[in-house]
Amino acid sequence: MTALPLTRGRGRTGWALTLIVCAAVLLVLPHVIYPVLALDILAFGLFAVAFDLLFGFSGLLSFGHAAFWGVSAYATAYLLGHGQSVPVALLGGLLAAVLIAWPIGFLSVRSIGIYFSMITLAFAQMLSFLALQWTDVTGGENGLQGLARPNLLGLDFSNGFHRYYFALAVFAVGFFAAYRTVRSPFGKTLVAVRDNETRARSVGYSPTRFKLTAFVISAALSGLAGALFVFGHGVVSLEVVSWRTSGEVVMMTLLGGTGTLFGPVVGAAVVLLLRDVLSTANLPVGIVTGLVFVLTVLFFRRGVVGTLLGWLARRG
Amino acid sequence: MNTQLMFIQVFNGLVNGAFFALLSLGLAVIFGLLRIVNFAHGALYMLGAFVAFALGQALGLGFWPALILAPLLVGALGVALERGLLRRLYGLDPSYNLLLTFGLTLLVQDVIKQVMLSRYAVSSAPYTIPQELVGATNLGFVFFPTYRLFVIVFALVVCLATWFVIERTRVGAVIRAATENPTVTQAFGIDVSRWVTIVFGLGVALAALAGVLAAPIYSVEPYMGSELIIVTFAVVVIGGMGSILGSVVTGFAVGVLVALGSALYPPIANTLVFVLMALVLLLRPNGLFGLPEAK
Repeated sequence: MTALPLTRGRGRTGWALTLIVCAAVLLVLPHVIYPVLALDILAFGLFAVAFDLLFGFSGLLSFGHAAFWGVSAYATAYLLGHGQSVPVALLGGLLAAVLIAWPIGFLSVRSIGIYFSMITLAFAQMLSFLALQWTDVTGGENGLQGLARPNLLGLDFSNGFHRYYFALAVFAVGFFAAYRTVRSPFGKTLVAVRDNETRARSVGYSPTRFKLTAFVISAALSGLAGALFVFGHGVVSLEVVSWRTSGEVVMMTLLGGTGTLFGPVVGAAVVLLLRDVLSTANLPVGIVTGLVFVLTVLFFRRGVVGTLLGWLARRG
Repeated sequence: MNTQLMFIQVFNGLVNGAFFALLSLGLAVIFGLLRIVNFAHGALYMLGAFVAFALGQALGLGFWPALILAPLLVGALGVALERGLLRRLYGLDPSYNLLLTFGLTLLVQDVIKQVMLSRYAVSSAPYTIPQELVGATNLGFVFFPTYRLFVIVFALVVCLATWFVIERTRVGAVIRAATENPTVTQAFGIDVSRWVTIVFGLGVALAALAGVLAAPIYSVEPYMGSELIIVTFAVVVIGGMGSILGSVVTGFAVGVLVALGSALYPPIANTLVFVLMALVLLLRPNGLFGLPEAK
């Protein structure tokens, strides 16, 4: 959770270079692996970036972020199922996430540390039970399947590549929003609140208000990501609101590197590719992911990107 | 709902409450004294049930020896976890304990699933009630399964004993001193690090004990702890984190409340505990029995 050790000038060129490399990778990705998996990486990548906005930059470990991803997924599926266009469905999902995030955030950001984690987890679980019961809208145990994806502006969404490149554009918008938030005065204040709440309060900031705003922004981006996930798969199941999903996004972020914006995307890619390999190799997924999680927490807390940046900083 | 049904619901609620109480008590002991949020508590509860089952399969051990042996074995595993893994995270943000134990949960659940599938060719197995506890007991106004009554009474006794040891005995005083001010306690010649390990092992043993008790009621399966741990977390937040008395009272109370709620309006049963938690957070952010300085 430490701030990046890069100097400003070097940071600028570093950023531009990283951005170009990442853009290139993301552009060719669906041709290297298959498009559905590539789109999953975008959706979970954006989800992890949104989570890191809260965890890495405000120090709030939400253990219930599946709530926003999941609520948005259901809302998006519902709208797509009721004949709405893709952009309306995606925005509707985002809006649903924001609407649910406001009261949850209001109740939970007053608590700190581990309390915050447990409270967010419990709220997410409440929504998960709601999703199970409210079968008219969520399909309960069966979920919602075979959702229509109306075409848009000459794009044929039955084609995986078209879906992927549309999703990449949405991802880019979301990632840029996160980048702007983190680099803005607001983002700097968040870090200040994280590092020393008493001091931030004494110079006139209201920590609670900043945290709530960060919470809602994070939920909005998680919602956008959840909407992308449903758009990519055409199905939504109870798994989207499960606490395992909440844990998974934590793992992706941690593995990639907290407090770095590229890290979570890398982490999401590593986890999803690993899971893909494991499922074809017929190895038990839970054992391997659990082990990776434990080892990351014990020995690799700065994650892939964090470690890389630390190494670069020591060299430079 | 007639009175008799109502009493049965209350008793069923007390049975569920017994598991909430035992689990949240273990969490409270571990959190209150060591500041560790043990997400793996649910998996260790499952492990208690599984070890009891495996002891029966491999050595033909019955319920009573398992009730002693399984918590000891799982408690020993807890000691190994504290020494080998959790110890490395002391001094860091407590979030890392939560994350590590979350990873352990995934690991343990799937390892047990593999073991059950490969060794016993099942993913869920029933566990039989000991002869002495088969049947129903007449409580005067209603008949209630003897085993379930036993669970309520046994859990209550264990909870009270734990509370008594920590709050009222010399050993408890040493433990509290060791965790509240390690440096000074160390200066008195007390091996703090050993007490920390013992407390963690004790908390884990409590979870395993709950698992053995639960095995005949819910049968043994790898994910039996995964939903329970989330509800237990809500119970802990309602009761006030780290409060030993709070976790016991709230555990039983929430069990009864959920049972009554589900009898009156079934769809709400599972959400009721979380609604309650939201209300408590609004009115008393530190929980019903929480201490204001707890952070």
